[in-house]
Amino acid sequence: MYDFALVFSLRHARREPPMALTREQIASIAALARLDLTASEIPVYQDSLSRILDFVGALDRAQTTDVVPMSHPLPGLSQRLRPDVVSEQDRHEQYQANAPQVAAGLYLVPKVIE
Amino acid sequence: MSGWHTGTLTELAAGLRARKFSSVELVRAFLARIDANQATLNAFISVTREQALAEAAAADRALAAGGAGALTGVPIAHKDIFCTQGVRTTCGSRMLDNFVAPYDATVVAKLKGAGAVMLGKTNMDEFAMGSSSETSFYGPVRNPWNPQLVPGGSSGGSAAAVAARLIPGATATDTGGSIRQPAALCGITGIKPTYGRVSRYGMIAFASSLDQGGVLTASAADAALLLREMAGFDANDSTSVDTPVPDYVAALEEPLAGLKVGLLREFFDKGLDAHNEQRVREALKVYEQLGARLTEVSLPNLPLSVPVYYVVAPAECSSNLARFDGVRFGYRCENPRDLTDLYSRSRGEGFGTEVKRRIMTGTYVLSAGYYDAYYLKAQRVRQLINADFTRAFGSVDVLMGPTTPTPAFAIGAKTSDPITMYLNDIYTIGANLAGLPAVSIPCGFVQGLPVGLQIVGPHFSEARVLSAAHAFQRVTDWHTRVPPGYA
Repeated sequence: MYDFALVFSLRHARREPPMALTREQIASIAALARLDLTASEIPVYQDSLSRILDFVGALDRAQTTDVVPMSHPLPGLSQRLRPDVVSEQDRHEQYQANAPQVAAGLYLVPKVIE
Repeated sequence: MSGWHTGTLTELAAGLRARKFSSVELVRAFLARIDANQATLNAFISVTREQALAEAAAADRALAAGGAGALTGVPIAHKDIFCTQGVRTTCGSRMLDNFVAPYDATVVAKLKGAGAVMLGKTNMDEFAMGSSSETSFYGPVRNPWNPQLVPGGSSGGSAAAVAARLIPGATATDTGGSIRQPAALCGITGIKPTYGRVSRYGMIAFASSLDQGGVLTASAADAALLLREMAGFDANDSTSVDTPVPDYVAALEEPLAGLKVGLLREFFDKGLDAHNEQRVREALKVYEQLGARLTEVSLPNLPLSVPVYYVVAPAECSSNLARFDGVRFGYRCENPRDLTDLYSRSRGEGFGTEVKRRIMTGTYVLSAGYYDAYYLKAQRVRQLINADFTRAFGSVDVLMGPTTPTPAFAIGAKTSDPITMYLNDIYTIGANLAGLPAVSIPCGFVQGLPVGLQIVGPHFSEARVLSAAHAFQRVTDWHTRVPPGYA
C-alpha cells in the first residue's frame, strides 16, 4: 500500500479522530441539509465526516495572514452584465413535464397552512 | 465491414468527408460494439439508437450535398452530466432517473452544430462525485484493461468507452481530476481546459468554481479537433470567458524544441508508485530528446490541494444540490407527511452515500461558527496554491508530472475509506483550484496497466499543452495501444 499519510504528514490513518462528531451533530447537519438519514447511516457519517474534518484540519498549518480568499479561478474578471430585456420565453409546460405533481400549471406539495 | 473502430476520430472525420464510408455504416458499427460490450463494461447509461441513425442519415445527406462541418457524421458520446433535449439525463443518480432534459447543454448543441452524431450517454460517478465510477446508481463501470479494476472517475464511462474503442471520442467533465485520472487509468488522452473556456450551461453543476467540460479521445490530435468545436464564449454561462478559440488542430505541429518544462517536485513524492514514476521519467527523457529543457520547480503549497478541495468542493456542492427538492423535477418520495418530510426523504432516498457525505461536509463547513475556520481558510490556501502556479509559470512554459499515484485499482478496494479515495486526485486537483488547462496522455504500462503523464499549462494555453502532447505521440505509440480483446 502507498503511505499517503506519510507524504503529507497528515494523521488521517484509521483511528478515532480527536474531535469525533456526535450522533446529535450528524443529525443536526442532516436536518440543515434536508437529508433524511436511516439509523444505520448515522454512524457511517459520524466516522467518515470526523475523519474528513480531521484531514482538512491540515489547512491550519498554512500561514494565511493577509492572504485574500480566492473565490474564482480567474481573478480580475468582473461579473458580466447584460441589457435588462426579456430573454426567456414561457416554457413552463415543457419544464413541468419533469415535475412529480402538477395541476393547472402549479407544482403540488403537501398542505403547508392548515 | 469492420475495423473502423481502430481509426482515430480525425481519420474517421476525414474518411467521411472523402465519402470512403457513410455515417450510417459507421454509426451501426459503433452501436454494435457498444451493445456487445455493455454487459462487461457498463460504460453507457443510455444508448440513443434511433436518434443516432436518423442523425447519421442526415449527416450522409449533408456530406453528399457538400455542406459538411468539421465533425459531420462522426459518432461521439456525451457524459450523462450534459443535458440533452428529449433524452434522459441522469447524472448517474436515482434523483434524476426519470429526468428528460428540456434543452441541450451548449457543449451538446455546439458538437451537434459541427455535425457530430450522439450515440448515447455515458456512465459516471453520481453527480461526478468520485474517482472510480463506482458510485453510479446504474452500477460500476469496469476498466477494459481488466474488468476487475475501476476505470477511474468520475468520467469512467466515457474513458472506458473510448479505451475499448466503443466510440472514437466522448465529452467529460473535470472538477478535481475527473477527465485526467480516468484517461490515465484507461490509457487514453484527456484534456481539462482552462476554467471558462468551455461553457458550463446545461452541464449539471457540482462545484461551480472548479467544474470544467472537456474531452476524452485516443490522441491529442483528436482532442484538439473536438475541443476546437466545443470551446468558446457563451452568454448563458456567466463565467464563460470571451476570448477567441485558437485553431487547436492547426497549432498541433508547433515546434517543441526549446520548450521549458518544469518538473513538479511535489508530484514526485513518496506516495508515487515507483513503477509509475519510472514510466513518467522515461516519458520526460523523450521530451528531452525532442529538445525540451527540463528543470525542477517547487510549488510548496501544492500538498495542501486535497484538503482545500475537500472544503471548497463540498461547500459548493451542498449549495448547488439544494435545487433537488422533490418538487420541480427529479425523484419524489412516497406519501410525504408534510413539506419538510417531502424534501428530506426525497433527498435522503434519491441521493447515494457519497453525494450525501459531500452535501453534509459542505453544510458543516458553511455553517455558522465554522465558515471562517474551514471555508474562508480553504479559500486563502487556494490563493497560495494559485500564487505557486503563477510563480512557476514565470520561469517555465508547462509543468509535467504523473497524473495519478498508481495505475488502476480493484473495484471495491477504496469504497470504505473516502480519504484514500480522495487521494487519487492528489496530482490533478491543483489545476482545478487554479483554473489551469491540463492534459493526461498515456506514457507506458505497469504490469499491463496504463500510466498517465500530466502536462499543465498557464491559463488559455490549450494549444501549447495539446501540441506538447502531440509531439510525444508522434514519436511514441502508447496512445495506439488497445486493451486485449478490443482491437
